[in-house]
Amino acid sequence: MTKAKKDAAPKTLRTEVKEEAASVTGLPSNGTLVHDRAGRAFASRVRVNKAYKMYVGGAFVRSESGRYTQVLGEPDLGADPRTVNVPRGSRKDARDAVLVAKNAQEPWASRTAYNRGQILYRLAEVLESRRAELAQSIVRAGSSKAEAEREVDCTVDRAVYYAGFADKFQALLASSNPVSGPHFGFSVPEALGIVGILAPERPALLGLVSTILPVICGGNSVVVIAGEHDPRTAIVFCECLATSDLPGGVVNVLTGQAKEIAPHIAKHREVIAMDLWTEDAALTAACEKDGSANVKRIKAHVPLGEDIYNEARGQGIGWIERFLETKTIWHPVGV
Amino acid sequence: MSEEMSKLAGPALGDGTSEALPRRGLHQDALVATTRSTALEFGKAWEYAPAPEASDHVKIALRYELFIGGKWQPPRSGKYFSTESPSTEVKLSEVADAGAEDVDLAVRAARHAFDKYWSRMRGAERAKYIFRIARALQEKARELAIVESMDGGKPIKESRDVDLPLAAAHFFYHAGWADKLEYAFQGRRSRPLGVAGQIIPWNFPLLMAAWKIAPALACGNTVVLKPAETTPLTALLLARIIEEAELPPGVVNVITGAGATGAALAAHPGVDKIAFTGSTEVGKRIQKAAAGTKKRLTLELGGKAANIIFADAPIDQAVEGIVSAIYFNQGHVCCAGSRLLVEESVYDLVVRKLKDRMATLRLGDPLDKNTDVGAINSRMQLDKINELVLSGSREGAERFSMACDLPSKGYWFAPTFFTNVAQSSRIAREEIFGPVLAVQTFRTPDEALEKANNTMYGLSAGVWTDKGAKIFWMGQRLKAGVVWGNTYNKFDPSSPFGGFKESGFGREGGRQGLAGYVELDG
Repeated sequence: MTKAKKDAAPKTLRTEVKEEAASVTGLPSNGTLVHDRAGRAFASRVRVNKAYKMYVGGAFVRSESGRYTQVLGEPDLGADPRTVNVPRGSRKDARDAVLVAKNAQEPWASRTAYNRGQILYRLAEVLESRRAELAQSIVRAGSSKAEAEREVDCTVDRAVYYAGFADKFQALLASSNPVSGPHFGFSVPEALGIVGILAPERPALLGLVSTILPVICGGNSVVVIAGEHDPRTAIVFCECLATSDLPGGVVNVLTGQAKEIAPHIAKHREVIAMDLWTEDAALTAACEKDGSANVKRIKAHVPLGEDIYNEARGQGIGWIERFLETKTIWHPVGV
Repeated sequence: MSEEMSKLAGPALGDGTSEALPRRGLHQDALVATTRSTALEFGKAWEYAPAPEASDHVKIALRYELFIGGKWQPPRSGKYFSTESPSTEVKLSEVADAGAEDVDLAVRAARHAFDKYWSRMRGAERAKYIFRIARALQEKARELAIVESMDGGKPIKESRDVDLPLAAAHFFYHAGWADKLEYAFQGRRSRPLGVAGQIIPWNFPLLMAAWKIAPALACGNTVVLKPAETTPLTALLLARIIEEAELPPGVVNVITGAGATGAALAAHPGVDKIAFTGSTEVGKRIQKAAAGTKKRLTLELGGKAANIIFADAPIDQAVEGIVSAIYFNQGHVCCAGSRLLVEESVYDLVVRKLKDRMATLRLGDPLDKNTDVGAINSRMQLDKINELVLSGSREGAERFSMACDLPSKGYWFAPTFFTNVAQSSRIAREEIFGPVLAVQTFRTPDEALEKANNTMYGLSAGVWTDKGAKIFWMGQRLKAGVVWGNTYNKFDPSSPFGGFKESGFGREGGRQGLAGYVELDG
């Protein structure tokens, strides 16, 4: 990400809105422009605004805390107001999400690998059908149209990639162990359980998808903190998840402040692993420290940046393997 | 032990004898209890003449220095501590107590060896050095087995037939990987991490050294090894073998010391990877200390494994399995089957047969070739076992201890099990790390699973049944890194070993075990 792009990004929590611009940009693309006596433009049909909510247990929910963060957009394409209110998740929201993730994990892991693969493929289909909406959301957060479309294309392809991996990584990671003695021994990969993910800030959509998909592909459920830069796009992605036959609770996405929520996930004993994508070394260290209370498996990375688009870096069996256990089984051989 | 605890221990034993002194007094109480409830009474029929392993050919030096940079160096700390035989309480030798300065020297030596020799060497050449170590271990196997039994208290039968063959096998197995790492991680390139700081426990001193050193070297890392303070001798003899195998200086460094030495090693900024085997409590401390340092970490921690006996199991074989699960190596085994879950319909039968089988166990001189149960590793560990056993009695569980004479010198604990154990009691939840079994019952596979998984640990489990489908059904659902079906406590270098949950992370052995010692791209 270049400096120029960062500067172009919208600021959150800014409340002053230019009335004039707001009403003009609120114009639906198919609407008719009408002027009042003062010469102000307004729409002949009043647009229906969408309430953006977090995605927990297959439902769209507000924060129990009632708090919100305002996210501003670039001049929009007609679907939304310039300012949207996004929930600011709390500790309680994180704990609620862990609870539903807990209940969803075993049923998810015990589905056939073929079925998990089909659901991930279904997600790819839904993402493809919503390309325009996803791209528009990314543009509103400061990317150019070309950049946004590239990101969405790569996101769809990534979903297809992991859909195809759901029933193959087992064969690549398992082993038949040639033990010395009359025993048949083998080792198979198995899901860890609930994984907490601190998603990379940028790119908001591809970063989120590239971190979530390999982890659920392996049979885990996840509680994700979306990047603060563009939580609205994360929520649009969740609307795709909600229509992909993915069982509720397998992916739970919170919006809010990573610094506030991540330590609570790190301390939670039902969460067995965390995937931290942040440049905030202090936050990483704090999560690693708190996570030791239940011997959490914590992977920490600096976000990949442009590399995340690279198929050799941004995807692969390694991203699945990081959140798997190995189970070894022995049995005697004899008559 | 408090007066109150001693009183509480009394009724379970038939009189007021304190359990804090598990010598003749305690043992005779156990004998009284036992003869009433054992089906078989062998009398003198099972007495064997002593069959001690000759140890006159074994050379133990009066003092051992630190093995750093290929040289035996006196500690900068100037301090030494003695190591004794837990079966006789006789001092065997004294070893250096490495301080922070010594740790620093060792880490620097390992770094130098990594940069200068080991990371530049072709895998095929590294392999040959590791094969040399495997061969020397085989050649010196008997001597090492004897020292292992003297220093740690385990029966010679086990050190000779389990620890030593497996230690040699681990080097042999991993040597072969050194030039084949490109096959280990499909589609990904690997590179070594650098200096591995390795901290190992006292229950399998040489074997744990082999588990740690062999994969580290095969993957191109150099090593600083810190053996446990009660069992340093075989690691030092291994250092001698490594010296004789002419490994480049500093590729393997062995520094002796206690917890402070281990903590200094783990905290050293020059260490790229920490590999620790030991208690969950210490493992958590190491993980916490490593937070924010970018050090790679693998932890092999405690366990409280369930050994599950279904009614359709081959009961006699299952009873053998119970014994080898919990009384192997005096129960000083992280993956010991310390919780026995028996299907209710065969509970009486299993308990009777277990008592019968225990009546044939021989406890005593670790160097006697007929000994099944050796000495408890240290006074400290014996105190811990006593404390937990006392809590078992206090919490209402019924105790049975094997009838046997306990030697007057050394640290001993008669194989013991508790029945009527509540899921909430300490002996069902905490790792005892001794020859003490908690027996519980179940009625359905679901209940067995629920009880088995109801623990913060997840290292291992055992399932005994004649039904193949049931083994796999249980195997898929048990939250444990190793599941033994109709067997228990089997190990092999080609077989990945390691825990779920708070039993740690990372694997040792097999292709999977290599992952802990390499950096992968993607």
